[in-house]
Amino acid sequence: MSYYFAIIGTQDNPLFEYEFGTSKQGGDGQPRFAEQARHLNQFVLHSSLDIVEEVQWTNGQLYLKVIDKFFTNYISCFMTAGNVKFLLLHQPTATAGGGGGGAAAASTRNSTSVGANPTSPQTEEAIKNFFNEVYENYVKAIMSPFYKVNMEIRSPVFRQRVTAAGRKYL
Amino acid sequence: MAHLGPGKAASSKEQTGLRYPSNGKTIYHRPLNRTKTAELSQSSFAYLFSEMVSYAQRRVTGIQELEKRLNLQGHPIGLKLLDLLLTREPPRSQTRPLTIIALLHFIKINLWTHLFGRQADRLEKSSNPDTPDEYMIIDNEPLVNAYISVPREMSQLNCAAFVAGIIEGVCDGAMFPARVTAHSVGGKEEGEMWPGKTVFLVKFQPEVLEREALIGKG
Repeated sequence: MSYYFAIIGTQDNPLFEYEFGTSKQGGDGQPRFAEQARHLNQFVLHSSLDIVEEVQWTNGQLYLKVIDKFFTNYISCFMTAGNVKFLLLHQPTATAGGGGGGAAAASTRNSTSVGANPTSPQTEEAIKNFFNEVYENYVKAIMSPFYKVNMEIRSPVFRQRVTAAGRKYL
Repeated sequence: MAHLGPGKAASSKEQTGLRYPSNGKTIYHRPLNRTKTAELSQSSFAYLFSEMVSYAQRRVTGIQELEKRLNLQGHPIGLKLLDLLLTREPPRSQTRPLTIIALLHFIKINLWTHLFGRQADRLEKSSNPDTPDEYMIIDNEPLVNAYISVPREMSQLNCAAFVAGIIEGVCDGAMFPARVTAHSVGGKEEGEMWPGKTVFLVKFQPEVLEREALIGKG
């Protein structure tokens, strides 16, 4: 399972992006995207913004769940109050057993495997927790008096926090 | 570089540019919630605000321009408060305002309670059929004007334009672009109950009403 996470500003401008892999089932947290797919991910993610604009006015929740699908890429969305979008592209691995040499660990707790089924309630819940934690840190980031709306988030501390949230829930 | 570096390499590269505070605590280490009783001193606010007004007054030629500057000072605060106040809501009621009424309620209740420790006094819709895009938030005695006496020759001025800017920031952030202005409506005669009564006139852009009509149908 590999993830591509991006924060998109109100002018559809990217503010932050981060690629990571699953840490569950013995995953090592490294993304396993094919080299060509990494460019494609950005297109896939941004193309789902049209759908976000439709969904955002029918549902007042912050977490909009999976809103778009492109072959095996699923896009989950979280809208902040200030109309900044958190988008997470998740791509379940084709082969069972997750990443690398974690097969032994996977067999012991594979029942609630996050990501094997991208639309299962467990996956939705895990992504929701991830988004909520990122949102908390995002609000802290914008509380800075030097931060103006739609500025790129460059803080290494923010990146660490997102990494930690990804490791914890996904 | 044609491709993105993996996350790890990027973060170690960026590490060099940032100066940490001496105690190692950044804004990310501080909690977002605060205790209910954590109020600020009104006199220090009044002092700060009087400085803000005189700062805005420098190099302006007219009252409109002064109000515009005060408005601009408030705008970013509104943008940020929108997100902050929503995260402080309990998870069940954490919803983005989708309609004008929901947004104005959020302003009247959450925003006002956070800023001034009480709700706004009234919410009204313009009764004039020509201006269905105008709404009014009424405050009988705005806190920001508590220690301000406006000189006679500037009687048009209402320093609550700052608060109007905050409201405008909240509306803009929530994708309800609007113009917000503050107007004094308190009577000047003796025995007037609320001489400092202020109306915040919220005038939404036409596209907001258009969308509102579409959502109502759907």
